[in-house]
Amino acid sequence: MTPNTLTAHAILDLIKQKKLSAKDVFASVSAQIQKTEKDVHAYATIFDAPQIQENAAVPIPIAIKDNICIKGELTTCSSQILSGFKPPYDATVIQKLKASGAVFTGHANMDEFAFGSSTETSYYGPTRNPWNLACVPGGSSGGSAAAVAANEAIWALGSDTGGSIRQPAALCGVVGLKPTYGRVSRYGLIAFASSLDQIGPITKDITDAALLLNIIAGHDEHDSTSVDLPVPDYTKALRNDVKGLKIGIPKEYFIEGIDPQVKKSVFDAIAILKKCGATFEEISLPHTEYAVSTYYIVATAEASSNLARFDGIQYGLRRKPDHIRKTPLIDLYEETRDIGFGTEAKRRIMLGTYALSSGYYDAYYLKGLKVRTLIKKDFDEAFKKVDAIITPTSPTTAFKIGEKTNDPLSMYLSDIYTISANLSGIPAISIPCGLSKDNLPIGLQIMAKPFDEEMLFRIGFTFEQNK
Amino acid sequence: MISKNDVKYVASLSRIHLKDEEVQALTQDLERILGYIKNLEKLDTSHVEPTSHVLPLKNVFREDIIKPSFSQQEALKISVEQQNGFFKVPKIIE
Repeated sequence: MTPNTLTAHAILDLIKQKKLSAKDVFASVSAQIQKTEKDVHAYATIFDAPQIQENAAVPIPIAIKDNICIKGELTTCSSQILSGFKPPYDATVIQKLKASGAVFTGHANMDEFAFGSSTETSYYGPTRNPWNLACVPGGSSGGSAAAVAANEAIWALGSDTGGSIRQPAALCGVVGLKPTYGRVSRYGLIAFASSLDQIGPITKDITDAALLLNIIAGHDEHDSTSVDLPVPDYTKALRNDVKGLKIGIPKEYFIEGIDPQVKKSVFDAIAILKKCGATFEEISLPHTEYAVSTYYIVATAEASSNLARFDGIQYGLRRKPDHIRKTPLIDLYEETRDIGFGTEAKRRIMLGTYALSSGYYDAYYLKGLKVRTLIKKDFDEAFKKVDAIITPTSPTTAFKIGEKTNDPLSMYLSDIYTISANLSGIPAISIPCGLSKDNLPIGLQIMAKPFDEEMLFRIGFTFEQNK
Repeated sequence: MISKNDVKYVASLSRIHLKDEEVQALTQDLERILGYIKNLEKLDTSHVEPTSHVLPLKNVFREDIIKPSFSQQEALKISVEQQNGFFKVPKIIE
């Protein structure tokens, strides 16, 4: 019996029928980790003997991205600067999962502080794509996506600031959802860019994504940006019916640089949804070409401010200088941060600090915020005409490990289709829609209006049932 | 466009002590990235309001009542260095 290959909803059915126990499920996941983890390296930390409550509502083994705090468990953002850090509290999503009886398998590997699209910038070394070990799993939630794809977890949580859930989900052939900004509490998520970050599910199918969102969504007094709106039962949105829905295809997303196989696979999916009764129209999101620039100003500016707290004073790494260059305190800050942060973290802190610095603030940061308004307006206009928008998740399938590490700009451009959803706060999901001739997964992205995750589940579920 | 001295200055604002080879590499990287970002200059944004946040956020107030919180001991458990119930830091005032 290999319950680790099943979806959570299939497992929960079997548990209800007394054909399977929560212990069996965890044992099969654990055995899989023993077998494939040395190749895949999906985890930053594997937890010892987690608690299993046999009668819990949802005793599902779940991997948690290494930037989500779990009380007493090493939580490092896969960075040396947080070495040894064991949070004294649980993130709100962790409290909710504990209340449901979820079983925590470990902290999933990630790009350091979620800075990356390939999970190669982790202090622990890269994660490998279970479909082809020479390839990256995407990032920054590459460990979370790889753990689910390799059956080393049934579910995973990731975080998405510019595509960090959806892009690795696409590259690993699993489902990844970035909820609307404010839908899920960020309390206990170590901040990268606070106006863009959202926690979301990575699962094997749409039904599981709805089940997991049901658990983690909702208002939280500990996060003033979480929204006080009722949480629907998302499983009710799982309808095999798209009749009468109007879906937009943005012409700016199908330009040069897109792998023809990705394009074909997305249009094949569109044809299936057409057969199911949805209508499609070409739309325009005219400021798409400015999204990457805008994102790398806004996100790095926020990151440079958020990461100022890692200074060797209270927790994590502390490097005492050998001799005094400036003052004992400043030397401690500067040397701790030089050693504690990797190259990409330094690059982004520097870029963000530059964009916020005197003399450049208007030209970069303020300019970025203004273009963000234009990008958001593109979506507001589009959603006056259509119920949802369909695009590829990533312009290419998984690339080779090392292929883009020396070219930060080309790495940044791999997020070209996912960034706008974060800048405008809307929900977006990636679902598997095919395989390339090299047997690598291709992902389809669906975007909807703020707080209309139900639309994503409805379209995604219909596609899953009819593909 | 961006000089090594600019990079050293931004590094000191960022409280990162960069090695010489890092200054060299970051100067090139930032030059390329800032060159790409320049495409925003094509847009006239003189009449556009900035968006720092997508939600209409307001200040959130709560009653000023005492709730459970960490004890000093619990809070200090994560500390790198401690002494007499405090975080120990380098000397700041001579």
